[in-house]
Amino acid sequence: MAKITYIEHSGTEHVVEVANGLTVMEGARDNNIPGIEADCGGACACSTCHVYVDPSWAEKIPGKEAMEEDMLDFAFEPDAARSRLTCQIKVTDDLDGLIVQMPEKQI
Amino acid sequence: MSHIIVVGAGQAGSSMVVKLRNLGFEGKITLVGEEPVPPYQRPPLSKKYLLGEMALERLYLRPEQFYSDHNIELKLGNPVTAIDADAKTITVGGETLTYDQLAITTGSTPRQLPAAIGGTLEGVHVVRTLADVDAMANDVKDGAKALIVGGGYIGLEAAAVARKMGVAVTVIEMANRILQRVAAPETSDYFRELHAQNDVTILEKTGLTRLTGEGRVSGAELSDGTMLAVDFAIVGVGVTPNHSLAEMAGATLDNGIAVNEFGQTSDPTIWSAGDCASFPYQGNRIRLESVQNAIDQAEQIAANMLGEPTAYVPKPWFWSDQYDTKLQIAGLNTGYDQTVVRKGDKEGSQSVWYFKGDQLLAVDAMNDPRPYMIGKRMIEAGKSPTPAQVGDPATDLKALM
Repeated sequence: MAKITYIEHSGTEHVVEVANGLTVMEGARDNNIPGIEADCGGACACSTCHVYVDPSWAEKIPGKEAMEEDMLDFAFEPDAARSRLTCQIKVTDDLDGLIVQMPEKQI
Repeated sequence: MSHIIVVGAGQAGSSMVVKLRNLGFEGKITLVGEEPVPPYQRPPLSKKYLLGEMALERLYLRPEQFYSDHNIELKLGNPVTAIDADAKTITVGGETLTYDQLAITTGSTPRQLPAAIGGTLEGVHVVRTLADVDAMANDVKDGAKALIVGGGYIGLEAAAVARKMGVAVTVIEMANRILQRVAAPETSDYFRELHAQNDVTILEKTGLTRLTGEGRVSGAELSDGTMLAVDFAIVGVGVTPNHSLAEMAGATLDNGIAVNEFGQTSDPTIWSAGDCASFPYQGNRIRLESVQNAIDQAEQIAANMLGEPTAYVPKPWFWSDQYDTKLQIAGLNTGYDQTVVRKGDKEGSQSVWYFKGDQLLAVDAMNDPRPYMIGKRMIEAGKSPTPAQVGDPATDLKALM
């Protein structure tokens, strides 16, 4: 279980508990947090669950696979150091306190 | 208080009710579903769910609790048995409900093989619902022999998963090549090769004469006279739109439930979205069987129910997962007269670009997300690279966006 803070582009914060094994995307979906669309449901096929993660978390979150990296290249205002697709981040206890910020829009 | 009823609790129905609430609709919402479970994602059913890598609850598009939390009444487990468009009522589970606006998002039904050729034997499966996939779970096991009827995306994805489970798989396709209806020969070639590498036997230009067996399927006779031993069969030969409710309501049908650009049927208080709805597109009328269409059309209709209507213009995209290959498709290739193949940076990655004249229509990308994203952006922006640019490996496609 991890407490995750999702910050909308407008600044609105949503703090929710997300169970281990789910993805950060599913945490947003299950709590109806706007700004993460995830149309493909987590198949790494649509690039509509893009967020920015502070680089300080990089060590605790497994790195990007090539597919995610390539998709993110075409997300809205990607940032090589901070952009992630939330469907590719599995929640563990290590992610307790994670803060993700949403871009102005998904592609 | 205004009451919106949505019949059909799949991707489109779920997207619509969520959007209605997120747009601030405060009236009554009822979502009616024939299946006994809350709306769920279908694409993972025959893949991660069947493989046991994804539990049922994770398939749900929203947790069950979500609906009551948002004052959305879920009526599950019963079909709608009657509709009276004049009185604006539907009957479900013996109960009559009155609507102000109704949406029909009843999806589609897989075509089955006729009983006369063994279509109703035990062990003959289709892939659509949770129940369909639960029914095949016991059959898809190491050492079993499967016949897959139909070399479209459904059949090929099923073949890939069955191979992963150790099933010996034969795919038969009546047309000249697999994926003939939906893709160019180059894409068919890619997937034929991929399945060959994974020891799937693909027989093109080969039909099914009959499935045989006493009660349960045990064999198949193919159109070339070959007899196969079969432990189970999966039939993926397309779907038909579920339009009976609209028909009962007296709404116009035309390759499914005919809607206008706003999503309204010939009865302006009845709307329709998703697999079951045909809508105007570039001078024609089309139906799209895809997650993208189910979501986007349903969300547009939600907005249109509440305010000034805006036309739904699809931005089609699609994906298919087979083994470790992800196919991503942007656009619609209907009417293409030329294709250009572009090799990707990695082994086995490539994209197929569809043109009509000099206009880009669609891109199929195999393990190659960059051209998919570039193509998608360009198609949506009405831009087009030339076939020569795409064909030249030195072209930096991103610079053309």
